[in-house]
Amino acid sequence: MNQTEFLTLADRYLGGEMTAKERLEFESLCREDAEWNSQFLSHKEFVSDLRKHENRKEFIASLDQVVKNTSIEPIVLRMWRKLKINAVAAAAVAVISSLATLYLTGYFSTIRKTTTEYSALKREINNVKRNVNAHHNAIRNINSKENPAATPLQFGATGFMLTKDGYVVTNFHVVSGADSIHLQNNKGEIYRAAVIHVDEEKDLAILHISDTSFNMSQNIPYTFKRQGLDLGEGIFTIGYPRDEAVYGEGYLSSSTGYSGDTTAYQISVPVNPGNSGGPVLDKQGNVIGIISGKQKGIDGAAFAIKTKALIETLNRIPKDSLKGNIVLSSKNSLSNLPRTEQIKKLQDFIYMVKVY
Amino acid sequence: MELLEGMRKGENSAIADIYKTCYPSVSHMILNNKGTEDEAKDIFQEAMIVLYDKITQAEGFELSSKLNTFLYAICRRLWLKQLNRRNLSLDSIDQENLDIPDMDSALESHEAEEVKFNQMEAAMANLGEPCASILKEFYIKKKSMQEICDQLGYTNADNAKNQKYKCLQRLKKLFFDQWVKDER
Repeated sequence: MNQTEFLTLADRYLGGEMTAKERLEFESLCREDAEWNSQFLSHKEFVSDLRKHENRKEFIASLDQVVKNTSIEPIVLRMWRKLKINAVAAAAVAVISSLATLYLTGYFSTIRKTTTEYSALKREINNVKRNVNAHHNAIRNINSKENPAATPLQFGATGFMLTKDGYVVTNFHVVSGADSIHLQNNKGEIYRAAVIHVDEEKDLAILHISDTSFNMSQNIPYTFKRQGLDLGEGIFTIGYPRDEAVYGEGYLSSSTGYSGDTTAYQISVPVNPGNSGGPVLDKQGNVIGIISGKQKGIDGAAFAIKTKALIETLNRIPKDSLKGNIVLSSKNSLSNLPRTEQIKKLQDFIYMVKVY
Repeated sequence: MELLEGMRKGENSAIADIYKTCYPSVSHMILNNKGTEDEAKDIFQEAMIVLYDKITQAEGFELSSKLNTFLYAICRRLWLKQLNRRNLSLDSIDQENLDIPDMDSALESHEAEEVKFNQMEAAMANLGEPCASILKEFYIKKKSMQEICDQLGYTNADNAKNQKYKCLQRLKKLFFDQWVKDER
């Protein structure tokens, strides 16, 4: 056997092409002859070196390609890619937590409140007393576990007579949601009243005294003045911001109401919760408007619904809901009297409206 | 470590992955120490070959540190050598206070590998065609003698076999002669 033949055998052996019998023969040949054996081993090593060499060459080639073709993005981009999710999560957490904080600190409810700076002037009469009573009741009944129905909230406001046969005007916001309405005059007499008509848009409510005991002998001393008033005209009002009638005096400060409302005036008269529905009169004792509310945060900005709007509302009342026509008085018996006398005469026609 | 496995097989995607994750810190280190972008790439490639030698040498090779740290340490070592060769000292090569593993053994075996590689490369180059092709086809691509015979236009398989044998002998001679020359 020459070297060529031996190497052919060795290649077949290494390539796994031999049958089991041939393998055994070849192995025994190598074992017996040291010369062949060392030949075989060096050949084996050389072949594996050759393979390794080729693999390494290939690796270097592909590495070269990768390094040439792969561009490394700038660090900012890489960071962004890596931290994108974290950034989004952090932003979400920030938004949620700030909203939650605003919500918990009551920011949104303040916004809602301040967006309507207009405040209606009805008075919660027994709010404090009610709270105190509720506490007392709770303490008293702490063992009996019986909770008596809480007394419903009570509101107070002002209203005045339109006609001597029992029609009274006040604000819609005073009577909205009312169970029952009572009118109390300055002598302490109380009458029940029913709502005849409401004009939610103009914030007006027309009531009628339904008690049979009601009997008005005097004529209405004031008239209703539809024409617009000049700025600066002196005006006055009487209302029930407390349980006693309270007089207030001022002037007409603008010919439009809250946020440009043309059906109302802006007046500068000190008014408080409870003044709602009170009449606004000029020097001669003509009713020029009805107090409805004031603007928060602005000193001396109260609003009164114009008489013109009241008359428009009256004309729109369906005939069948009326108990007799509304005929407004046309005779003014106040015009030449001093203010104190005017007030004395007026008082009988102005009521405290109590709403339960 | 799938990346290493992929790298052993020479997969481009594995190499690209390693390159993307490990190269930036290396490039930063070299650019901060009087190097250029191209030099950084060269160094990194060499480090990758060191890694390749390491993982092909022993089947069950496992990194003693993170891949990133390993490559960084090798690059640092290689760059130090470069700078020494140019008689430049380096002021502050580490921007991070890394615990730099000792890479000398890896580098030594790499250098041996490199010498061998170059010898083989030279032997192959001296061998010339068609010998180189015959040997590659047979030993690397593991084709049968018949296929090689058809491909390279030999009259019959025995002829090709004879040729292959002669080529192999010549290659061995070229390779070992070089070896002896280097030894001397």
